[in-house]
Amino acid sequence: MLRVENLKFTVDTDTGTKNIIDNISFEIPDNKLVVITGPNGGGKSTLARLIAGIEKPTEGKIFFNNEDITDLSITERSKAGIGFAFQQPVKFKGIQVFDLIKLATGRQISVADACNYLSSVGLCARDYINREVNSSLSGGELKRIEIATVLAKKASLSIFDEPEAGIDLWSFKNLIDVFRNIRKNIENSSILIISHQERILDIADEIMIIKDGRLISKGSKTDILPDLLSTSSVVRSCIKAEGEEC
Amino acid sequence: MVKLDEIQKRILLEVADLHKIPEGAYNIRSDGKSVARASSANIDIIPRESGDGLEIRIKPGTKNESVHIPVVMTESGLKEVVYNDFYIGKDSDVVIVAGCGIDNCGAGDSQHDGIHRFFVEENAKIKYVEKHYGSGNGSGKRILNPVTEVYMKKNSSVIMEMVQIKGVDDTNRVTLAEMDADSRLVVKERLMTHDSQNAVSKYDIRINGSGASADLVSRSVARDNSFQKFDAKIEGNAACYGHTECDSIIMDNGRILAVPALEANNIDASLVHEAAIGKIAGDQIIKLMTLGLTEKEAEEQIINGFLK
Repeated sequence: MLRVENLKFTVDTDTGTKNIIDNISFEIPDNKLVVITGPNGGGKSTLARLIAGIEKPTEGKIFFNNEDITDLSITERSKAGIGFAFQQPVKFKGIQVFDLIKLATGRQISVADACNYLSSVGLCARDYINREVNSSLSGGELKRIEIATVLAKKASLSIFDEPEAGIDLWSFKNLIDVFRNIRKNIENSSILIISHQERILDIADEIMIIKDGRLISKGSKTDILPDLLSTSSVVRSCIKAEGEEC
Repeated sequence: MVKLDEIQKRILLEVADLHKIPEGAYNIRSDGKSVARASSANIDIIPRESGDGLEIRIKPGTKNESVHIPVVMTESGLKEVVYNDFYIGKDSDVVIVAGCGIDNCGAGDSQHDGIHRFFVEENAKIKYVEKHYGSGNGSGKRILNPVTEVYMKKNSSVIMEMVQIKGVDDTNRVTLAEMDADSRLVVKERLMTHDSQNAVSKYDIRINGSGASADLVSRSVARDNSFQKFDAKIEGNAACYGHTECDSIIMDNGRILAVPALEANNIDASLVHEAAIGKIAGDQIIKLMTLGLTEKEAEEQIINGFLK
């Protein structure tokens, strides 16, 4: 379970300071899939990075499985069971797809094991396992490999920052299957997804809307989604899925 | 059969991946003299009369054979210049593994300057692997100054892998290539310097025949207070393709000077150079930390991958 209490993240600007995250509190219980949505620039990615430890909060506390992790490093949070899929996947010269998946599992694995993770994200494993994670891969391929590393990590809380962005020729159905499989295969696991995509919002147990650094709405999908779809511009700004009008 | 001591065995493993005396043609040089040598039916290894090197003759049409000529130095203060000439017969396809390891536990500088010349006949292919390694905790330096000259006839192919990862205090490497028509040269250099080491790598590649191509890729890491200079020139004297790439990571107080140069003397010469130097990208470290690695482990993985 993740609990965030009065979280604040402030940055200096030319004209003073700006609250990127402004006093946000919430809980994500075990076995829940929570989607955070809201306008671009509203603070969603920053919130995800604060949970993963990539940014340090100005104020507030983060608890994971009842342990205060506010001052823990990225590594310690990872070891505690938090996985994070970057919005913009990182490229490496020389490190191969197999290396990255092996590091994600934290143990020696066979090529067949690594291939299973690649197959889960719709990549023909044989073609990719020895490829370098570099610019020779397309944005969509890198994104799927990024997701595969989080699958391989088997985290109890997996955070995905806009997983749909750049998923080029891969259908949304497969992406949604990935999230369903995480829930099925990892006991008591929770998933936190940042997304604008209606179909991803549709598989959420809970939806949170963040705007201007504030949590403006939180509730079950059935409570939030109809209202969101009918009134908000949030979803309309979504990235188009294949052949789909947003 | 020669008996190697533990230090010699360890160095042989580092520079030539050899656990024991190799099969096929080989010469093992230790502390200034040949301690083991064998020719094969197709590969003759003939010592120079002056004792300072070898003539290696590979018969035309020799395929899938290898030559190992590692050098081991364990005597502090020893300095030597060794000349090895390789004659690669037409249509042959062989692997040549060289390499030098110096273990210096004394106060005197140990130095090995290997001058290698390759005469590669038409349609011949070679893969040349050269590893340099230093160890020992003496105050004497471990110095390696290799000179490699490659003369490539029509439609020949040379792949060179040059690796120096650890322990060599001072290196001045010079590589020269003269290339005839339709020949192909690929050079992959991997270099890491640490402490106060100094490494200079100079290339002068002349593409003289049409249809020939050269691809020179260097990846290097300079750590601590070390310094590297990469000075690579490709000269296109015909309708040819040349590419040079220097990709470097600096850490601590490491310094790197990259001087790529291209000279096109023919309207149909197509030459490209790329050079990039920088520290490890912060997001690379963060990504690996999100997988559970510490910052130091992440750095090691990134460097290992980069130099792989």
